Amino acid sequence: MSLHTESPDLAESSPEIEFERYELREGPAYHFALDRRDFLRGLGGGLLVLYLLDRESPEAEAQESGGRRRGGFNRAPVPQDVGAWLHIGEDGKISVFTGKAEVGQNIRTSLAQAVAEELRVPISAVTMVMADTKLTPFDMGTFGSRTTPDMSRRLHRAAAAAREALIDLAAETWKVDRQGLTAKDGAVMKTASGEKLAYGKLTGGRKLTRTVTDDTPTTPPEKWTISGHEAAKVEGRTFVTGSHQYSCDIRRPGMWYGKVLRPPSYHASLVSMDPSAAQAMPDVKVVRDGDFVGVIAPSEHGAAQALAAIKAEWKPGPPISDRDLFRDLKAPGGQRPPERGGRGGGGGFGGPNVNAGSTADGLAAADVRSEETYTIAYIAHAPLEPRAAVAEWVNGELTVWTGTQRPFGVRGELTGAFKLPESRVRVIVPDTGSGYGGKHTGEAAVEAARLAREAGRPVKLVWTREEEFTWAYFRAAGVIEIKAGVKKDGTISAWEFHNHNSGPSGVQCPYRAASEAVAFHQSQSPLRQGSYRALASTANHFARESHVDDLARAIGMDPLEFRLKNLKDRRMRDVLEAAARAFGWGRKPESGRGVGIAVGMEKGGFIATCAEVAVDRSSGRVQVVRAVSAFDCGAVVNPDHLKNQVEGAMVMGLGGALFEAIAFDGGKIQNPKFSKYRVPRFRDVPEIEVVLIDRKDVAPAGAGETPIVAIAPAVGNAIRDATGVRLRSMPMVPRGLKV
Amino acid sequence: MPDTQELRINGKTVRVEADRNRTLLGVLRDDLGLTGSKYGCGEGRCGACTVLIDGAPARSCTTKLAAVASREVTTIEGLERDGKLHPLQQAFLDAGAMQCAYCTSGMIVAGAGLLRQNPSPSRQEIVEYMDGNICRCGTYNRIIAAIQSAARAVKEASR
Repeated sequence: MSLHTESPDLAESSPEIEFERYELREGPAYHFALDRRDFLRGLGGGLLVLYLLDRESPEAEAQESGGRRRGGFNRAPVPQDVGAWLHIGEDGKISVFTGKAEVGQNIRTSLAQAVAEELRVPISAVTMVMADTKLTPFDMGTFGSRTTPDMSRRLHRAAAAAREALIDLAAETWKVDRQGLTAKDGAVMKTASGEKLAYGKLTGGRKLTRTVTDDTPTTPPEKWTISGHEAAKVEGRTFVTGSHQYSCDIRRPGMWYGKVLRPPSYHASLVSMDPSAAQAMPDVKVVRDGDFVGVIAPSEHGAAQALAAIKAEWKPGPPISDRDLFRDLKAPGGQRPPERGGRGGGGGFGGPNVNAGSTADGLAAADVRSEETYTIAYIAHAPLEPRAAVAEWVNGELTVWTGTQRPFGVRGELTGAFKLPESRVRVIVPDTGSGYGGKHTGEAAVEAARLAREAGRPVKLVWTREEEFTWAYFRAAGVIEIKAGVKKDGTISAWEFHNHNSGPSGVQCPYRAASEAVAFHQSQSPLRQGSYRALASTANHFARESHVDDLARAIGMDPLEFRLKNLKDRRMRDVLEAAARAFGWGRKPESGRGVGIAVGMEKGGFIATCAEVAVDRSSGRVQVVRAVSAFDCGAVVNPDHLKNQVEGAMVMGLGGALFEAIAFDGGKIQNPKFSKYRVPRFRDVPEIEVVLIDRKDVAPAGAGETPIVAIAPAVGNAIRDATGVRLRSMPMVPRGLKV
Repeated sequence: MPDTQELRINGKTVRVEADRNRTLLGVLRDDLGLTGSKYGCGEGRCGACTVLIDGAPARSCTTKLAAVASREVTTIEGLERDGKLHPLQQAFLDAGAMQCAYCTSGMIVAGAGLLRQNPSPSRQEIVEYMDGNICRCGTYNRIIAAIQSAARAVKEASR
């Protein structure tokens, strides 16, 4: 993963790029070269194009350095291997194979656009085969906003190479110069006469293979006719009719249903259990394997009844609580949970520390100094489709359908759990009911597989909402401390920023400061924590953009002007100005309302958000009434789907900004239900406007994460504007605004 | 204990052999293969399982099988007629009112319940009526736009 930035000083100051924590911790120890013949099996004649990963590519480099620097896991270098492949059959059928998973970000559409663009065919002519470990090449996972910059780029190249190979074949067939030939609508055509040969016919019964690497020329964004334009969601009809099969909808012949016995609190251990009442129920099987206890029954209802009938005695674990969470996160060891082999999250690497000049001197030279602490609660991803899996064993081979962002990682979990070679495990990811960084792990897959082995038949396991809220993992909580000094002319003389636990993503200061110290500090997290959309960037942007707002106010400068004056990056200034213009920044809001602005950069994308809030002083209700974001992620691939992502990220971000927080006490989650854990609903949603800055000159970056980072500080700054109250905790108003 | 029960689902009479204390959602999904209705919370707080019972939206995850005897149940699978999408289904596609789409069935069915009761709802009326349905991807504004455009389409068609 590379953090795209135009400022070389920033790039150099961040040698440690935050890797998503789970996929490395829990990834396979080795990855061996694939047997190419596997790819060809089952395919008839036609043209096969293999995209070879370049060992020198920045992505491979980042992956290698991720393993090398952090050590201890995934030491094997990423092999030079196939990153994607594409097949054009004799029947003209175009099939594209990628390990990426569709979880709602609409990449099934955007990747099909990339192939259709280069092959000069309609999108409907392209079939995307995704996230199936038997059919698609290895992929690290669908995270880090890498699908568009990596996979889309690869598919553009693979499809462009296929097109050129087809033109060569036509030239050979007709014995003419290829200059006079054009690829169009699934055929190669003599440009002058219009005589055509369909793609499928050109291979003439042969099985041809081409390889392609990163230097294959592709169609530049300004000439795109399919990419860069609106395209309807591929297979959209299956979603509005309810016919799409998510993992939890898969049914297999003879399938039974499983449930897993959960401890009453974290780190509790099973002392004894009496399964006799459950076992007395007809057709019920109880499975105990070490700490794992599960039941299987012909219906989900039966499985739930059997589970409830098991009498179990538990020895409680440490009574972890959120009471002194933020103190403890700053003082590692305060609530240290027992280590669980490789599952704790939390990383194992230092932060992207920055030290430039003396902040002590900088603070001494300041006209105004400001020192504050910001806190960030744990929140849950709460994907509407909880973890689910259907597992089936046939002749010692395991197939699991499950919703995950890391099919190959989950395969690794399964091969590890059952001591199987990779060739005997297949993970299939049906397009999934969202993830937001929360589905990097394969708990349900492993559990369903264990139960299915016992049952001797396929087993479906769907986590309950309570299980999803409790036994998945959380976005990290954190404490952020900032000390800053500013001069009356609006220059920043000192910037000191410490993040405890939540993570180093987006920790760098995008503003010029005469002296700077930035550090990320590891803590022992009492809860299992992991990736969440934009990682810690949301927390770091909240703290920084709130603090910067206060600095501007302290010297009587407009917050927009202050930012524009100090921002280093041109693209950040551009989005800031675009958002301010569309929002009408500078207009005074009506009484009881306030406006706020914030800007950010993450994963190659640039976001600025303006928000207007209405605060009802008597009830304490805070309503975001209007929000405008300007977003630049390079060349736009699908304008409407991109807007959808930006809108969705803003709405999701409102939850963490205003009211989402995981409460835990006595080793238990206190609010593991939608009736107790508030997520954004219809009534919380403001009028939203999205301004896209389409940079045809810049290769597209991913867009699923970055637009979430600026909404919380924009709203906080608007609340400050409306009320004079500065809120420094996320969530800001879980019980309304108490003034 | 399993009982045999006749149900009216999507205009057809079906017989199921199932414990009357099971949820309607479980029976629809596991016994009848109607998996368009989704489990999201099990407590009627997310709306992913919404079906129409005698034309009114209901949470099938908290509705016992016994409660729907001799009542007309409509699921997302029952909205399409003769290969033609319900105006709301079409409007959701046209408005791009989904991302992962796991909430979409429940949203469309709840929206159909709303339009039956109020053929031209205002934005505020949609917000209030639909507030029990969660879209974690945050496509709410698009869903509102889709419901409004479906309302217009229905009105146009009946003109």
